[in-house]
Amino acid sequence: MTDELHDVRMTVNGVAHDVRVPARRLLSDALRHDLGLTGTHVGCEHGVCGACTVLVDGRPMRSCLMFAVSAVDAEITTVEGLTGADGSLGPVQQAFAECHGLQCGFCTPGFLTTITAGLRENPHPTHEECRDMIAGNLCRCTGYQNIVKAVERAAELVSTSSTTGEGAGSTTGAGSTSDGETA
Amino acid sequence: MKPAPFDYVRPGSLPEALAALAGEPNAKVLAGGQSLVPLLSMRLAAPSLLVDINGIPGLADITVTGEGVRLGALARHADVLASAEARRVQPLLAMALENVAHATIRNRGTTVGSIVHADAAAEMPVVLKLLGGSVEVASVRGTRTIDADDLYVGPLESSLAHDEVAVSAYFPALPAGAGVAFDEIARRHGDYALCGAAALVDGDTVRVGYLSVNDVPTVVDLTGVPLSDMGEAALEGLEPAGDIHATAAYRAQLVRVLTERVVRAAREMVSTSSTTESASSTTEDN
Repeated sequence: MTDELHDVRMTVNGVAHDVRVPARRLLSDALRHDLGLTGTHVGCEHGVCGACTVLVDGRPMRSCLMFAVSAVDAEITTVEGLTGADGSLGPVQQAFAECHGLQCGFCTPGFLTTITAGLRENPHPTHEECRDMIAGNLCRCTGYQNIVKAVERAAELVSTSSTTGEGAGSTTGAGSTSDGETA
Repeated sequence: MKPAPFDYVRPGSLPEALAALAGEPNAKVLAGGQSLVPLLSMRLAAPSLLVDINGIPGLADITVTGEGVRLGALARHADVLASAEARRVQPLLAMALENVAHATIRNRGTTVGSIVHADAAAEMPVVLKLLGGSVEVASVRGTRTIDADDLYVGPLESSLAHDEVAVSAYFPALPAGAGVAFDEIARRHGDYALCGAAALVDGDTVRVGYLSVNDVPTVVDLTGVPLSDMGEAALEGLEPAGDIHATAAYRAQLVRVLTERVVRAAREMVSTSSTTESASSTTEDN
């Protein structure tokens, strides 16, 4: 068996990238090694921990359970795509900072992408729904209490910014796939 | 770990996919990949060729009629779960799908893929079997329909030939006046269940399907057994095994508890729906 290389055009955070990868290159590894987007973290590498979660066409998916060659038609958003164009924190990131929703930060990228999509689907979650939203992500530091608080705070920030029209971070974070002009 | 090297094709049509599979006995089909990719990464499987069907148009359809629900090979768990039509015609689909892993996995994983992966610890194979559903498969030799009763031949082993692709799965509608229920016990939210059960109550007929008990999805007929004896009666048709997660005795106890629980819930669904129907017919009479 030879590791034949495949030319793949991947659209990540609105920018098209051409990479040449073997078929077995996991999407998580392509993001980190081929594109240098090391914000996506790899924990268990078999779909259990959620650290590597990215948005594929706006839906959270495990990047360690996809091959880069399969991502050919997809718009991918990583944690790097959640910040505003000016580098300001997106609403979920802001909420994590305010609520002390992280300690070591290893699991955080997966939480941020998951919650970003979760709040788009359900902008006003109940406490239980906040807990359910992050049930597929493991954190070994925080005990989750502050992460749940951060989900609730992020929902406030998202709804505030969408009613006042402020908060560039939220619109970029939510819409990075829609303004996906490719380079 | 990383997967061993493999060849990869992403055909744009089903005939191309079938031709690729026919030429390579050690090929595997890649749909959602949520079970396959971990097996590859842990090197528990090392196929020579992956045939990625994600680029084939028309395979993601969810077709709902009064007779039943047909799911295309690329219908994601999340899309099936979100289908109000599918939920109305066969409520057991959504009841079970809510228990399939986490939302993130359901966004990528496919229901048909889970069915032909044939994991006895998975929810959807036993649902297909309990409902008397079927799978339509295609190969260069033609198409055929495999009844759920003929689909599961061993642990992680289906009766599909190496060159066959499961194109769709069909779940019959819930008959009028029948009830269904699903429940499972897992150590953590989203984990594989230590034991799970799905019930179908239709008139006097009571059937219960079990996951994570035998090494294949198993359905037991409990018609005519008093509710309090059903768990014990079910165990006569099951062989709960012990493993790192649960002893055989504990798993047997879960069978007893879950059997009563799901049959009672399915019967409640029957009585609730019949009350609703008689109430609405009374309204119409007025």
